[in-house]
Amino acid sequence: MGIDAVFASRLQFAWVIGWHILLPAFTVGMASFIALLEGLNLATGREIYFRVSTFWIKIFSVAFGMGVVTGIVMPFQFGTNWSRYADATANVLSPLFAYEGLTAFFLEAAFLGILLFGRSLVPRWAHFLAALLVALGTLFSSFWILSANSWMQTPAGYEVIDGRFFPKEWLHVVFNPSFPFRLAHTVTAFYITTSFVVLGVGAFLMKRGSAFAEGRVMVSMALWLLTALVPLQGFLGDAHGLNTREHQPAKLAAIEARWETGRGVPLTLFAIPDDKNETNHFAIEVPRLGSLILTHELDGEVRGLKAFPRDERPPTLLPFFAFRVMVGIAVLMLGIVAAGGWLRWRRKLDNPSFLTLSQWCMPLGFVAVIAGWIVTEVGRQPWTVYGLLRTTQSVSPSLTTLNVVMSFAGYAAVYLIIYPAGLLLMMKIVRKGPAAAHDDAIEAGRPVAPVQAAPPLAGANKVGDGALK
Amino acid sequence: MSSLVAMQVFDFVPIWTLIVGMAVFLYVLLDGFDLGVGMLYGLAPDTSTRNTIMNSIAPIWDGNETWLVMGGLGLLAAFPLAFAIIIPAVYFPILVMLLALVFRGVAFEFRFRDAERKTFWDHAFCYGSVIATFAQGTVLGAFLQGFKVTGRTFSGTSFDFLTPFSLMTGTALIFGYSLLGSGWLVLKTEGEIQAAARRHGKKCLIGTMIAIVLVSLWTPYMSAQIATRWFSWPNMLFLAPVPILTAIVSVVTWRSFSGRTEAIPFIGGILLFVLAYLGIGISIFPMIVPGQFSLWEAASSASTQAFLLVGTLVLLPVILMYTGWSYWVFRGKVRSSAGYH
Repeated sequence: MGIDAVFASRLQFAWVIGWHILLPAFTVGMASFIALLEGLNLATGREIYFRVSTFWIKIFSVAFGMGVVTGIVMPFQFGTNWSRYADATANVLSPLFAYEGLTAFFLEAAFLGILLFGRSLVPRWAHFLAALLVALGTLFSSFWILSANSWMQTPAGYEVIDGRFFPKEWLHVVFNPSFPFRLAHTVTAFYITTSFVVLGVGAFLMKRGSAFAEGRVMVSMALWLLTALVPLQGFLGDAHGLNTREHQPAKLAAIEARWETGRGVPLTLFAIPDDKNETNHFAIEVPRLGSLILTHELDGEVRGLKAFPRDERPPTLLPFFAFRVMVGIAVLMLGIVAAGGWLRWRRKLDNPSFLTLSQWCMPLGFVAVIAGWIVTEVGRQPWTVYGLLRTTQSVSPSLTTLNVVMSFAGYAAVYLIIYPAGLLLMMKIVRKGPAAAHDDAIEAGRPVAPVQAAPPLAGANKVGDGALK
Repeated sequence: MSSLVAMQVFDFVPIWTLIVGMAVFLYVLLDGFDLGVGMLYGLAPDTSTRNTIMNSIAPIWDGNETWLVMGGLGLLAAFPLAFAIIIPAVYFPILVMLLALVFRGVAFEFRFRDAERKTFWDHAFCYGSVIATFAQGTVLGAFLQGFKVTGRTFSGTSFDFLTPFSLMTGTALIFGYSLLGSGWLVLKTEGEIQAAARRHGKKCLIGTMIAIVLVSLWTPYMSAQIATRWFSWPNMLFLAPVPILTAIVSVVTWRSFSGRTEAIPFIGGILLFVLAYLGIGISIFPMIVPGQFSLWEAASSASTQAFLLVGTLVLLPVILMYTGWSYWVFRGKVRSSAGYH
């Protein structure tokens, strides 16, 4: 495929959403983790949870700020590059997008302020409540945006009039067939991603020794969470796969690079899929395992790509390899969870090699999230609304290739500046460690509230600061 | 099914016109003054002044900016045809605006936390504000001059927006937002910073008034329909209060910048924006894509509008109340960085 306005628009969308998704992948899990820490502090009275929470709130605020500004870009993409998609689907999808925005705004307006800079203004239980509501808010946002995404994969509850989609039954629109699986699979992925970041940062602090106790709490909690979440994700991923087989068989065939329909099909571990010649090169296969995994039966039927017209098949290369990256990372994650469990049992969680390994594994969740997203979005091609609206019919007709290449260059340049800058900033906060978390008076670029508020509150701030130490 | 019948009968377009109109105006007003503050930030002589100016909007800017998403999503949800025609037509202004806003937004975070690169993010903050404002002004100009439409799609090119008129409205908005920003700084600061804001404010007011006059003469010249709306009898009589009030408010605002009052410059700036917004509304109503589609023609289905209205009516008032409360919490004068150590 040459570079045309459609392809360039797809690249641009992939670019802006790919960078954006890294932030919710971290903040959704982190919001819940902070709420958990604050709850543990209230329940046990142990101050260490409080210190760990204060430390992570600072990092959370940077990530959340970046999430807000890169999120503002997203809805406008539907207008600038995908205006025919917007015109065709708005009657069904726009309320879901709008509810996502409203929920995010609601949470930000009402509770984020208290979480970020209200530490000394409200009692601890109220701060816990704010943390809990922010966490709930991020989950509601995930709910709506994933509902919209799922509807594009498995549309339901609609009717088509004059080439446009109209709502018939909202309950079916929102709870479309792939939505429950996608929601569970994605939110669990976000939680795992956050846990690996916490594990890595905790390992760093333990190794450095300056905040050993805080680091140990992080490593220990992250490992407990991962012990539950990683195996759970295995089951959820499997269930999501069965759902894909039922509703998007062409996507499943692309993921497995399966060309012929058959029973008792092998599992292809590795291959170079060749879309043009409808075959795989250098294939390494395990007999019958494909049917067993995909259908849970030794001779279950799996449909091959040749069962679909050429112009209704997704490209195979990206879904095939991205899926293998995702599953490979899952296996690696299981290994780390097992190693961590064994070391904990032997009371050797401070093993330096394990801590170093944990540090190196910090990006694993992010890579898996991006890989999974590539599987599901590229696997949906050549459609924006699966089986109904083609990607080529979705793009804004006024755009030339040069237009989109220019805008893509702009997004590329800006994101390549702000993401490294943001990462460096967060690494700096980590290096300063939990001890420094109380001293810095500015959070999220906000001066601590009382500076600008009425004088009586300024006194309250000083008292609060004292109480923290 | 009776509810479905009710939906067919009930016209949700007026209430959605109000909601989207309000969201867009709140965005213009709120992000308008903090973009204005961002532009004036570039004129600040020293670090202490810059810190004070930044502090005056630090707690509220992100809330302000979120109204852009509400306006955009509101337009998509309630008037999708307008969204699908207008946004691709202003492809590059939207692109430039978004990139500038991203830069400017992270500058808030990075400038405070990243001491070594202070100068870079200082520039990012100021130039980001100028560029975003200019881009928004050209969007307004492009919107007023209208779009080439075939069927349900924009059929012009991505550079149709670029005309003398849209360049003029882009420049005009720089003065307009800076006027709001000056008013805000007069309200929130004191001493030399306030005196400087008063001086800048007067210049911006002159620029804003020239812009209002230019748009008021240029738009009826461009569109016979707008000319008829304003200059036919008896419309002229009913609509006369708009220009008359604008003249009065501008004189009062001018004098307040020289006097000792601290709230009037900001309030005057807001009123000028209210009047200008009203003027534009009067010019184009009931069209949402000028010359092409009315609000009713561009509206989404009644079921869509009803489904979103339920949650909006619950969430929006709370958001508005909280926004008001947070402005109340941060009332009073800001001081420089010395205050928060």
